Amino acid sequence: MLLIDCPYCGLRPEIEFRYGGEAHIARPADPSALSDQEWADFLYARTNPKGKHAERWRHIHGCGRYFNAVRDTVSDFFVTTYRTGESRPETEESAR
Amino acid sequence: MSGAFRTPTGGRIDRLHPVSFTFDGRHYSGFRGDTLASALIANGVHLVGRSFKYHRPRGIISAGSDEPNALVGVGRDEAHFTPNLRATQVEIHEGLKAESQNRWPSLAFDAGAINDLASPLLPSGFYYKTFMWPAKAWTTFYEPKIRAMAGLGRAPEAPDADRYSQHYAHCDVLVVGAGPAGLAAALAAAATGARVILCDEQAEMGGSLLASTRSLIDDLPAQKWLAETLATLAAQENVTLLPRTTAFGYFPHNMIALAERVSDHLAVPDPELPRERLWQVRAKEVVLATGALERPLVFPDNDRPGVMLADSARTYVNRYGARPGKRAVVFTACDAGYRAALNLAAVGVEIAAIADLRPSPSGELASRALAAGIEVRPRTVVTGTSGRLRVTGATLARLGPHDLGPAQKVDCDLVLMSGGFTPSVHLFSQSRGKLVWDETLRCYIPGTSVERERSAGASRGLFELGEALEDGYARGAAAAQAARGGSAPARSFATLAVRLGTDGHIGATPHRRNPAFAKAFVDWQNDVTAKDIKLATREGFRSIEHIKRYTTTGMATDQGKTSNMNALGIVSEALKTPVPQIGLTTFRPPFTPTTFGIFAGAARGELFDPARTTPIHGWAVENGALFEDVGNWKRALVFPREGEDLHAAVARECRAVRSSVGLFDASTLGKIEIVGPDAAEFMNRIYTNAWAKLEPGRLRYGVMLREDGFVMDDGVIGRMAPDRFHVTTTTGGAPRVLAHMEDYLQTEWPDLDVWLTSTTEQWAVIAVQGPKAREVLAPLVEAMDISRAAMPHMSVRTGRVAGVPARVFSVSFTGELGFEVNVPAEHGRAVWEAIHASGQKFGITPYGTETMHVLRAEKGYIIVGQETDGTATPDDVNLGWAVGKAKKDFVGKRSLARASMSAPDRKQLVGLLTVDPGVVLEEGAQIVADPNVPVPVPMIGHVTSSYRSAVLGRSIALAMIKGGRARIGSRLFVPMPAGVIEVEVAEPVFYDPKGERFDV
Amino acid sequence: MSDTPNTGTPYPIVPLEALAAASRPGVGASLRLLPAAARLAFRGREAAIGPAGAAFGLELPRTACRFAAAGTRAALWLGPDEWILLAPGESPAPLVETLEAALAGLPHALVDVSSRSVGIEVSGPRAAFVLNQGCPLDLALEAFPVGMCTRTVFAKAEIVLRRTATDIFLIDVWRSFAPYIWQLLEEARRGTG
Ligand SMILES: [Zn+2]
Repeated sequence: MLLIDCPYCGLRPEIEFRYGGEAHIARPADPSALSDQEWADFLYARTNPKGKHAERWRHIHGCGRYFNAVRDTVSDFFVTTYRTGESRPETEESAR
Repeated sequence: MSGAFRTPTGGRIDRLHPVSFTFDGRHYSGFRGDTLASALIANGVHLVGRSFKYHRPRGIISAGSDEPNALVGVGRDEAHFTPNLRATQVEIHEGLKAESQNRWPSLAFDAGAINDLASPLLPSGFYYKTFMWPAKAWTTFYEPKIRAMAGLGRAPEAPDADRYSQHYAHCDVLVVGAGPAGLAAALAAAATGARVILCDEQAEMGGSLLASTRSLIDDLPAQKWLAETLATLAAQENVTLLPRTTAFGYFPHNMIALAERVSDHLAVPDPELPRERLWQVRAKEVVLATGALERPLVFPDNDRPGVMLADSARTYVNRYGARPGKRAVVFTACDAGYRAALNLAAVGVEIAAIADLRPSPSGELASRALAAGIEVRPRTVVTGTSGRLRVTGATLARLGPHDLGPAQKVDCDLVLMSGGFTPSVHLFSQSRGKLVWDETLRCYIPGTSVERERSAGASRGLFELGEALEDGYARGAAAAQAARGGSAPARSFATLAVRLGTDGHIGATPHRRNPAFAKAFVDWQNDVTAKDIKLATREGFRSIEHIKRYTTTGMATDQGKTSNMNALGIVSEALKTPVPQIGLTTFRPPFTPTTFGIFAGAARGELFDPARTTPIHGWAVENGALFEDVGNWKRALVFPREGEDLHAAVARECRAVRSSVGLFDASTLGKIEIVGPDAAEFMNRIYTNAWAKLEPGRLRYGVMLREDGFVMDDGVIGRMAPDRFHVTTTTGGAPRVLAHMEDYLQTEWPDLDVWLTSTTEQWAVIAVQGPKAREVLAPLVEAMDISRAAMPHMSVRTGRVAGVPARVFSVSFTGELGFEVNVPAEHGRAVWEAIHASGQKFGITPYGTETMHVLRAEKGYIIVGQETDGTATPDDVNLGWAVGKAKKDFVGKRSLARASMSAPDRKQLVGLLTVDPGVVLEEGAQIVADPNVPVPVPMIGHVTSSYRSAVLGRSIALAMIKGGRARIGSRLFVPMPAGVIEVEVAEPVFYDPKGERFDV
Repeated sequence: MSDTPNTGTPYPIVPLEALAAASRPGVGASLRLLPAAARLAFRGREAAIGPAGAAFGLELPRTACRFAAAGTRAALWLGPDEWILLAPGESPAPLVETLEAALAGLPHALVDVSSRSVGIEVSGPRAAFVLNQGCPLDLALEAFPVGMCTRTVFAKAEIVLRRTATDIFLIDVWRSFAPYIWQLLEEARRGTG
C-alpha cells in the first residue's frame, strides 16, 4: 500500500485516495471549436510514460481535495505532490 | 516417558511440564517448549511424510521454517484443521492432534511409492511431454489421477471456526528477526527513543543464541545475555516484541505484513483471542536481520529419513534436548559440520566419521574434533545411503585427483550434512533490492536497497557472532537516526565464540552411481534431483527462470529455501557458466504459507461488507418484506401476504398503486445539496438540461452525461432557493456522481462559488403514489399547501409532515399522482407509520422495488444501468428532449456532436410486446430480425427490462434495438433455447401514453 | 423479472440502539452511542470563514485536521474550505438561521446534515489498538494528538475520527454504516479485557 503525501493532510495511506488519471489535461474552453480528432485526443490520448508521470489523485476519504503528484511509474515512488492549479515542479531525482 | 532419545538434562524445554499429543493416531509425549519435530525426534520418530511425486519416505531435515519435508496437518477437528504446517514450527500442547500427509493407506506402507520405482519414466518436464494428447484426456483422466497420487495436504471439510484479526501498526524501526543482529539492532534503535517493533517467526526470540552452549557475550553465557537483553527490551514502552510472528511480505513504501500466531500453541485458547493476527506495519525504516539458512549437500539418497542438516541436528540437541540418532556420519563442506559433531558427541551420539569435502580441514573446530577422537576423513564424499524407512548406513568414497576411490559403507542411523550458509534474502528481494554475488561466500547478499531498509548480520553474510552483533547495533542505530534523528549510545560487544569461517559448497557432490537410479535431491518438496536439472540444461534451457519452471525446482511452498543455491550451482557447472551470469529466481511473498483466514480477518459472514439499511428497514422486516441487494443497500423487494407467491404479491401491489395508493421507501436514492451563488451555473454545466429559468419551488428531471456523451446518471432535482438545489441520483450512482461533480468543480471550474454536500443519509424518503396520494397526505401536512392549485406536478414545498420538518416533492416514477416526502432520517419510521395510518381508509399498500420496476416500465421510464450500458446517448433512450440544445456547452455536449452519435442505426429504446401475451421475455435475451438465416445470426438488440403487467393483463418489455424507432409496428424474434419467441416492436410507453394520470 | 429472483430473503439487521444497549464496558475499551447533535456542513470562501466562526461562537481551525471546541460546540476541519459545526443536544434550525444571517451576501454553503450520521465513542487505554484494527492511520499520541480530527476509513466504511482525550476517540459515521462499524468494533474489542 503506497504512502501518499496529501498537500493538505500530509502522509496518508493509499486506501484513503482515488487515482484520477493524468494531470494537466485541461478541458478546452470552447469544445465546439475542436475538430473531432482534437476532441478525441483530449478525451482519450494519454502519455503513459515509463518514468516520471504527473497524475491526479483525490484524498477522497480525507480532505476530499484533488491534487497532483509526480510518480515514477517504474519504481512506484512519488517524487512530489502539489496542489491543483500549480504547475508541475521541476524534478530530478526519484525520491523514496 | 518422554522419549528414548531425550537427553537427561539440558535444552530450553520445560521438563516439569510433560505434554502428550498424537501423531497419526499414536500417542507420544514431549515437553512444553518442544516443537512437533523435536518431540518426535525425542521419541525416535523421523519418518513423517511421503514425497510429492515419488512418494518416497521422508524425515525431518531442518529445525525451522525452511523445512521442506515434514509437512503435517494439525487440528482437533475439521473446523480447526490446517494442512501443510511445518512440524518444525508447530509447538506441541496437551492434546495436539497431528497427521502425516500424502500417504495412503499409511505412512509406512504407501501405495503411491510405485511412482518411485517408475521414476526413470518420470523425468523433469514429464508432465509437459506426456500429457499433451489428446487434450481432453488431461481434464478427464491424467489430472485427476495425478492429483490423487501427488500433491500435499488435504483441505479441511468444515468451515474455519477460528477468529482472525487484523491490525494496522506504525513504527520508526521494524526489526525482522530476533537473532544476535536483530536483538542488537532493536537495542540500538530503542535506546534513541524510537518506536521499535521486533518480530521473530519462532516461539522464542534469540535465533542462533538459543542453541548456543559455549559462546560468551559481554562475559555472559549467550543464553543469559539473551534473557537479559529480552528483559531490557520488554521493559521499554517504545518497544513491541512479537514472537511467533512471521514477516511474510514486503510491500511498497515500507509496508510489511506480519502473521502472528496468537493461540495455536495453547491447549485451551481464550475464546476472546484470535487464532492469528495480521499486522500491517508501516515502518519508517526497516532492519532485516533474517539470518542465514544452512545449505544441504546434494548426494545420492540424501532424502532418506535420518539425513538432516548438521546445524539443525545441533539445534535439536542443544535447544530441545533431543538426540536425532545414536550413530552419525557427518558430511560437510565447512566447519559447521564439526561443531554439530562435537555438540552431538557431547550428549552421547557416536560420531562414526566426518567426511569433509575439503582437502585439508584445519582450524579450531577440526582440531577439537580430532582431539575428541572423532575420525575425520578429508577430501571425502558420501555417495549413497541405505535403509528403507530410516537410514542404516552411508557409503563414503575418497576424492582422488581424477576419480573416486573405492566406496566404503559405514553403519549409522543419522547422516548430517552441511554445505555452508546462505543469507536469507527473501524479504530484501521482495522489497526489490538488488542482490549481488559474493564470490568468497558463494552466495547472493543484499546490494543496493530500494526501500528505506537495511540488512544486518548473517542476512548479509556476516556470520560470526561478534560481527553480527556489531553490525546489528550499527544498523539499528542508523535506522533510528534516519527515522527520527537521535543517536544511540556507542556500544561494542565483547564476544567469545568459535569462528566458522566462510567455507562451503554449492551444487551436487560427485558420485559414480548409475545416473538412471541415483537420486540426489535438490528440492525435497517438489522431488527435483540433480539429474533433472542437468537434463533441463541438456534440453537447451539456459535461464534459471525457465529451468525453475521446467523442473519445478524452488516452486514448492518452501520457496526453495534449501534448494535454490544448489540448483544454481548445478546449472553453473553443467553450463560452465559462473553463477552470477545465470541469475537468480525472484523471491515472492509469502515467505512461508499464510492462512486465508488471516487475510479475511473479521470480513466474513454478515461483516464481509457493510449491510446498509434505511430508517424504515425495521418496519419492512416486521411487515414481512423480502429484500434484495442494491449495492450495499438492503431494499424491500416486495411485501408478500400469507400464502401469496411473488407474482401475486407484485400484481397486487401494482394494482393498488394504479387504483388507490401505495407507499414506497425511496430513502436509498442518492442526494446531493448544491449550494452557492453559482449553483445554477454549475448545474448548467454538469447536466444536459437548462436550469437558469427553473424557479425556486419547482422540480426538473435532469440527465447527466460523461464527457464522452453517454448517459451517466439521472434524477429529479428541486430548486429550493436561487442558490440551492436538492439533487437526487440513482441509488447505486450516488458516490460516482458526487465524485464526477467534485472533479469538474475542483479541477476545471475552481472559480465557481458553489459547494456540494452529500445528503443521501440526511433524509428518509417516503414515496406516496396513486390517485389517493394527496388525500392520504393532506391531513398530515402543516405549513404548506399541497392542493393541486398550490402545488402542481413537479413542485417542491417545505413545511411539516406528521409534525416533522419536511421537503415534499410532487413527483411520480409510477405514472400516477405522487409525492415524495423527505424527512430527517431519524423521523423516517414515525412519518412512514403516520402516512400508513392515514392511508388505511384507502387501503394504502406498501410496495417494494419489484413493483416499482413494473410500474415505471409500464410508463417507459428508464433505469440508468438497466436500459443504458454506458454507450447510450440521451436520444438513444428517448431523452433527447432533456438536452438543452441552446446551451453553449455542458459536459458531454461536444461528444454528442460527432456524426456517429446520431446515426440512424444506433440502438434505440423501444417497447416489445410478445405475440403470445402470456410469454415473459428474459432480460438480456438477444433479438434478431430473421431467426432462419444461417449462423451467425446478426443480433440487432437485446431485452433490457421484462415484466408481467397486472394493469395491462399481459407481459411487457423494453429493449434496445438498432434503428428501433423506425421498426415500431414490425415483428422481430427472440431465439431462446426452448424456441423462438415472436415479438412486436411498440412504443415504450404502455400505460397512459398521454400522461393524464399524474397531474390530478 | 425472472421467475426465481436470486435474492429476496428477509434481512433482519440488529438496530444500532439494540447493539449499543447490549454493549458491556470493558477494561481495555468501551463503546458508547453518542446522543443526537446538530451538525452543519459549512463550506465557503475566505471572506465567509471568519464570520461563520464568530456566529457559531468559536474560531474555525485553519490548521489541517484539527478541531476547535468551546463549551459543548466544536468545529472540525475536514478540508481547506470545509468544516463540520457540531452542537450536541441542539436543534439545527436556529443554528442555521443564526449562521445564514451572519453570512448573508458572503460566498458560502451551509447544509444541515444533523441526521446524516451518528456518533460513537471509543474510550479506554486500548481504544487506539481497537481502532487500528480497521483504521489505517497512526493513532499514537504523537501522530494523532488530542485535538486532531480527520475523515478516514474503518474497514470498508468512511468515518470522521477525532481524539478528545488521550484515551477517548469519537467516530462520526453515516447512519447506514453504523451497525457495521459497531459490530466490527465489538469484534475488535474482544481480548482487550
Ligand atoms: Zn488530504
